[in-house]
Amino acid sequence: MSFTIYGLMAEFPTSEALVEAARKTTRAGYTRVDAFTPYPVEELSEALEHKRSWVPLIVLMGGLAGGFGGFGLQFWSATIHYPMIIGGRPFAAWPGWIVVTFECTILAAAASGLLGMILLNKLPQPYHPVFNVESFRAKASSEGFFLVVEAEDPRFDRQDTADFLRELNPIEVAEVEE
Amino acid sequence: MATIDPPVFTGEPEPGVPPVLTGHHTPGSVTDDITRPIFSEIKPWWLVGFGISFALLMLFLMGAAKLVTVGTGVWGLNMPVAWGFAIINFVWWIGIGHAGTLISAILLLFRQEWRTSINRFAEAMTLFAVACAGMFPILHLGRPWLFYWLMPYPNQMSLWPQFQSPLIWDVFAVSTYATVSLLFWFTGLIPDLASLRDRAKNIWVQRLAGIFSLGWRGSAKHWQNYEALYLLLAGLSTPLVLSVHTVVSFDFAISIVPGWHTTVFPPYFVAGAVFAGFAMVFTLMLPLRPLFGLKDYITDRHLQAMAKVMLTTGLIVAYGYIVEIFVAWYSGNVYEWGMVKNRFTGPFKFQYLMLWVCNIFVPQLLWIKRVRTSPIVLWLVSMAINVGMWLERYIIVVVSLARDFLPSSWDVYAGTRWDWAIYVGTIGLFMALIFLFIRFLPVISIFEVRHLAHEKSHHHEAAT
Repeated sequence: MSFTIYGLMAEFPTSEALVEAARKTTRAGYTRVDAFTPYPVEELSEALEHKRSWVPLIVLMGGLAGGFGGFGLQFWSATIHYPMIIGGRPFAAWPGWIVVTFECTILAAAASGLLGMILLNKLPQPYHPVFNVESFRAKASSEGFFLVVEAEDPRFDRQDTADFLRELNPIEVAEVEE
Repeated sequence: MATIDPPVFTGEPEPGVPPVLTGHHTPGSVTDDITRPIFSEIKPWWLVGFGISFALLMLFLMGAAKLVTVGTGVWGLNMPVAWGFAIINFVWWIGIGHAGTLISAILLLFRQEWRTSINRFAEAMTLFAVACAGMFPILHLGRPWLFYWLMPYPNQMSLWPQFQSPLIWDVFAVSTYATVSLLFWFTGLIPDLASLRDRAKNIWVQRLAGIFSLGWRGSAKHWQNYEALYLLLAGLSTPLVLSVHTVVSFDFAISIVPGWHTTVFPPYFVAGAVFAGFAMVFTLMLPLRPLFGLKDYITDRHLQAMAKVMLTTGLIVAYGYIVEIFVAWYSGNVYEWGMVKNRFTGPFKFQYLMLWVCNIFVPQLLWIKRVRTSPIVLWLVSMAINVGMWLERYIIVVVSLARDFLPSSWDVYAGTRWDWAIYVGTIGLFMALIFLFIRFLPVISIFEVRHLAHEKSHHHEAAT
């Protein structure tokens, strides 16, 4: 085999087996490990020692920006840019602005959340090496459970890592072409 | 961070409650079942249904073209009733949308596992209903091409929208609602589009699904961020869905017109919206279930649970009707009390009677268990509610406006054929979008049902 490899991929029959294998792999000192499942498996994040997601913070920031932005726009337009007396109310009659402020908060929070999720996941990504494995292409998005140890991992060794993965009782171990 | 728990499967439901998922399913078989309608040949019933919907959509375009070329005079509006079908249909459609967000957001937060099989479909319904709703205020502007004047943007006259007007609140509420519903729906679709991409044989399906799934590959890191986002979107949509119909009710409640100036409007509008929305989910889902062979996924449990939600919200609506009458009497306000008497005895008494029949008397059938499990009866009840909720908006808008404070300005109101053309036309638009949706996208959230199937199979193993 002459291609450069992205990593080694092991397929497991169930999500439990995958979680167990992921735990053993990180315990063995591998750091560049990723797992692929057709539905969210909560225990995996813990097994792979992922840090907590940034999405909630991004949503909070987006929501605050939207809320202050929406309120600020109304305040500025009604009191500074084009002050007009309407119904004898003061220029900064803020109770009437609550609805628009609320809507701007929700809109900005939701939009920044989706954008944040996409960017944090480094999507959109039209090409990724894992799709070069036949069984991954066929099964990853419906019923397959896969573990990948990347070649960039400092402990990675084409032979030793493959042997290590085989000890975890996978269905098969495949090399992932770059 | 609060880690996001999976929807908890709380064990076998108590005896007598049907399961949320029947049959033996693996993640693979779930994917097969739900993607099958997309990859199979077009069925004759689909062509017929889409054809009819498309014809009605053309009727809508005709009505809109007539309106734009001639003006709002083609509608049945007159001076006391300056707000006829346009606002009736707007409120009706936007109410129908609410069930989708309720199912996808509020029931997710409440960990109701039966939502999983119906949320995708209900969310799509939300989007399409909001699109139909949006047509009416925009067409009602008279010069719809200037609708962007409602948005705050720097213009050469330095003018700003009146941010204290309920109509501007509507613009913000409805456009935010539409956008957030779209984001929520798209977020839910990403992993399922990845499934479509990997299953498709046709190169164009592969490419399109590939583009929209953004290269999703189900990595653990992806799922972690994804789950965090999904839960947060549900949390954001929950106050949003309650706010939208509240804001819509402010269109009325902020005014002093008898019959509108009522504090019960916001909660009663929200309950009515959920009532109408669940009725529409039933109307569409009950025929779809046998046609697509989805009885394993949409079970008797779903029908019963939804029927109970519908019954509950129907009772809240009934309470609203009674409170309206009580407050009109108790306030001692002659205009309010005159409005109530006019509802019972005036020119629209037939519509008012039908409203009580459709929204209050017919839904009481749902107390009976055999009704809650019979698709045909449920469908008939939901159709009655669809009609009833439209009549409710008709009564609110027309009766109050036609007889306001000054008898010299009283008039009667009826929609013209162009009113009806546009109204029926939006039903065509809605149905056409639904037909396209069920043809091209998975009607059930695949990855969530996979998860559910997994949880269930585990429970079986543990039990045996």
